[in-house]
Amino acid sequence: MTEQPHVDEFTGVQTTGHEWDGIRELDNPLPRWWQWILWATVVWSVGYWFVYPAWPLISSHTKGFIGYSSRGELRDDVAAAKARQAGHLAKLAKASLEQIRTDPELLEFALAGGRSAYNVNCSQCHGSGAQGFAGYPNLNDDEWLWGGRLEDIHQTIMHGVRNEDSEDARVFAMPAFLKDEILDANQVEEVATYVLHLSKQQGDSAASARGKALFLEHCVACHGDRGQGNAEFGAPSLNNDIWLYGGEKAEIVATIANSRGGVMPAWGRILDAVTIKKLAIYVHSLGGGS
Amino acid sequence: MNWLISFPIGLTGVIGLMLAAKAQDPAMYGHGLVFFVAAVAAIFCVISRNLLAKKISAEDGYNDEIVRAGLIASTFWGIVGFSAGLFIALQLAFPDLNFDTSVTNFGRLRPLHTSAVIFAFGGNVLIMTSFHVVQRTCRARLAGNWSPWFVFWGYQLFIVLAASGYVLGVTQSKEYAEPEWYVDIWLTIVWVVYLVVFMATLAKRKEPHIYVANWFYLAFIVTVALLHLVNNAAVPVSFAGTKSYTLFAGVQDALTQWWYGHNAVGFFLTAGFLGIMYYFIPKQAERPIYSYRLSIVHFWSLIFLYIWAGPHHLLYTALPDWAQTLGMTFSVMLWMPSWGGMINGLMTLSGAWDKLRTDPILRIMVLSLAFYGMSTFEGPLMAIKAVNALSHYTDWTVGHVHSGALGWVGMVSFGAIYFLAPRVFGQAQLYSLRLVSLHFWMATFGIVFYAAAMWVSGILQGLMWRAYDQLGFLEYSFAETVEAMHPFYVIRALGGVLFLGGALVMAYNVYRTSRGDVRIEQPYTAVPQPAVA
Repeated sequence: MTEQPHVDEFTGVQTTGHEWDGIRELDNPLPRWWQWILWATVVWSVGYWFVYPAWPLISSHTKGFIGYSSRGELRDDVAAAKARQAGHLAKLAKASLEQIRTDPELLEFALAGGRSAYNVNCSQCHGSGAQGFAGYPNLNDDEWLWGGRLEDIHQTIMHGVRNEDSEDARVFAMPAFLKDEILDANQVEEVATYVLHLSKQQGDSAASARGKALFLEHCVACHGDRGQGNAEFGAPSLNNDIWLYGGEKAEIVATIANSRGGVMPAWGRILDAVTIKKLAIYVHSLGGGS
Repeated sequence: MNWLISFPIGLTGVIGLMLAAKAQDPAMYGHGLVFFVAAVAAIFCVISRNLLAKKISAEDGYNDEIVRAGLIASTFWGIVGFSAGLFIALQLAFPDLNFDTSVTNFGRLRPLHTSAVIFAFGGNVLIMTSFHVVQRTCRARLAGNWSPWFVFWGYQLFIVLAASGYVLGVTQSKEYAEPEWYVDIWLTIVWVVYLVVFMATLAKRKEPHIYVANWFYLAFIVTVALLHLVNNAAVPVSFAGTKSYTLFAGVQDALTQWWYGHNAVGFFLTAGFLGIMYYFIPKQAERPIYSYRLSIVHFWSLIFLYIWAGPHHLLYTALPDWAQTLGMTFSVMLWMPSWGGMINGLMTLSGAWDKLRTDPILRIMVLSLAFYGMSTFEGPLMAIKAVNALSHYTDWTVGHVHSGALGWVGMVSFGAIYFLAPRVFGQAQLYSLRLVSLHFWMATFGIVFYAAAMWVSGILQGLMWRAYDQLGFLEYSFAETVEAMHPFYVIRALGGVLFLGGALVMAYNVYRTSRGDVRIEQPYTAVPQPAVA
C-alpha cells in the first residue's frame, strides 16, 4: 500500500499515490479541448432533439419543431421525382411507338428510361451491353428471332416467349427431331452437315447433299429454302454466322436432336405499359432495329 | 470438493448424450456427442490431475498457466479467423470460390470468420489478458482452482460448437449472435463462471483500489452477459432440435439485435480492449497513466453513452424516427468519451516517445491507438443521418469495422501477446524484435490496403446507387455497381494476405520464444548508427 504523495520526475506532475504492478497514474486535469468538444456535442444533440422527433412518451413521442418524419421526407422525394417526369410519362402513354421514335424530345426521354429499365430488368440475361449469352439473344445485331420492327420488339417484351403467363406469348418451338423420332441419329448428323454448308462453314459433301434432301423435307417450312429464317415462327436464319446456341457441329446436332426452348417472361405482367414502350424503343435503338 | 466439480461435468455429459439420442437433426446429433466427449475428457483431466496430486494452494503465486493457455489459443484462433477472412474476401472478388456447395458458401463462412475473429481470437485475448491483469493489479492469485480452467475450456467448446454449427447451417440469423439456443445456454454458464472468477479475484485483492483496467474488464463482462441474455431470448422448437424462434418480432427484433450488435462492438471490442490498453501500454512504456481523472470521466461517459447508440445501425428503416434521432445523437456524443481512452494512452507515452525507435512492441501498441482514434471518429461521423444515407449498406461500413478490428483490436492484442509471450513461457526475452517489426509493417500495410480499398469502393458504391441522370432515371443497375467493386475486392484480399502473413510471423516468433530460442540479429539501439561512408 503506497499512499504517500509521489511526483513524476519527467513531467513534474503529482501522481494519485497508488501503484499497481508498477503502474502509477498522474493527476492531470481533463484536457480543455476534450471538454469543449464533449460539451459541444452535447449541446448540438440537445438542440437536435428540439428540432427533430426525439424522445418517447407514453403513447407518442416528441415531434420536434419542424414536423420532420423520414416517411414524409421519402413521400416528398418520390412525389417530386414523379412530378419531374409526369409530363413526359403522360405523353409517352398516349403516343404510338412510331410517334415516340420521330419526336426527338420524347425519344430522348424514352431512351434514357429504357436504358435504365433495361439495366435493372434485362441485363441479367441479355448482358449489360445487350451482347447476349449462349441461349440469350444478342440485341445489338441485325438478327431477330421474332422480328426487329418496333411493334415486333414491343410484342415480344410485352408477352414474352414460351411462358405460361401470357396467352399472346411467342409459342412456336422446333420439334426435337431425334427425341421425337422424326429422324435417326445419322440423319441428324447429315442435316447438321448441310446447315454447316448453308452457313458457309463447310463445303459441299456427300453427307451435306443427303442432309439437303432431309432439310427440304423437314426444315424449309420454317427456316426457308435458303435457310433465311422466318420471324413469324421465331425461326432463326441459318445462312449467317450468328448462333444462339453455338455454331459448332456438336452444338447444331444437339439443337436438332433435342430442340431448344428458350423462354422469356411476359414483362407486361411485371412492368407498366409505359416502361414496356420505353424498353421497346431502347432495344430497337441498340443497332439492329428494322 | 471433486464431487462438486465432477457432478456438473457428468450432468453435461448425460445431457449431451440425451441430445444426441433424441436428436431431431444431424447437427444436434453431432453437437450432443461433442458435449459428451468434452465431458468425458474433462472428467479424465480432473481425475488424472488428482492422481498426480498436483494440489495448488493459494500461496502458489500467480496462475500463469491459464494465461499461457490463453496465449496459445489466441494465436491459434487469430490465424484461423484471419484465414477465414482472407478466404471470404477472395470469394467476393472471385465468386467461383464458393464451389457451389452449401458448406463452403459465403453465407456460412462469413459468420465463421466474424465469430472466429471477434469471439475466438478477441474473446481468448480478453480472457487471457483479464486473467493476467487482474492478478497483477490486485496482487492476488486468480480465484478458484478449476473454475478458471472451466472458463477457458468451456469457452473453447463454445467456439467449436458455434463454428461447426455455422458450416452445417445452424444459425439463428442474428449477426454476431448466430449460435442457436443450446450453444447460447452453454456460453451463459461459462460467462457466469468467468464473472464469478473475476469478481472473486477482485474481492481478495491486496491493493486498496481497483485499477482502471479492471473497471473496463468488469464493464465488459457484465454488459456482454446482459446483451447476450436479452438478444438471444428464444423458444426452442424442441428439446433436441437446433432450431429456435426469437421472442422478438419485426422492428423490435431489429432494434434488440442492433442494441446487442453495437454494444458487442462497444463492450467486447472497445471496453474490454481498453482494459488491455490501460495495463499493457503503461507497462511497456514504463510510464504512468496520463490522467486518472480522464480515465474516470471517459469510463463512465463511455459506458453510459454507448448503450444508446445501437439504433444508428437502423437509420432510414422502419425504426421510428425518435429512436433514430436518439441513436444518432448519442453516437455523436460518444466521440469524446471514446477519444478519452486514446488520449490517455497516447499521453502516457510522454517521456517515452523515444522508445518507439527501439521498441517495435510499443510501436504496435501506439498504432493500435491511432486506429482506435480514427475509427472512433469515423463511427460518430457515419452515424450522422446525412452521412449514413450514403454509407449505409456499402463497403464503407466494412472498411470502418476493419480499421477498428484489424487496427485497434488486432494490434493491441498483438502488443499484449508479445508482452506476455516471454513471461508466460518463463523466458528472459522474445525470440526476435526484428520479426516484431516485420509483423508491424506487414500488418500496417495490410490494414492500409484494406481500409483504403473499402473507403473508395464504399463511397463509389454509395454514389453509384443513388446516381440519377438528368431525366430522373437511375444511372446504374445493381449489377454494374457490383462489377465496379471487383478491383477493390482484389486489393482488399491483398491487404488480408499481408495481415495474415504478419500474424503467421507472430505465431512463429511466439513458438520460438516458447522454446527459449533467441534470434541472432542486430539489436535496436537508442542512438542511430552513424552512416558508413
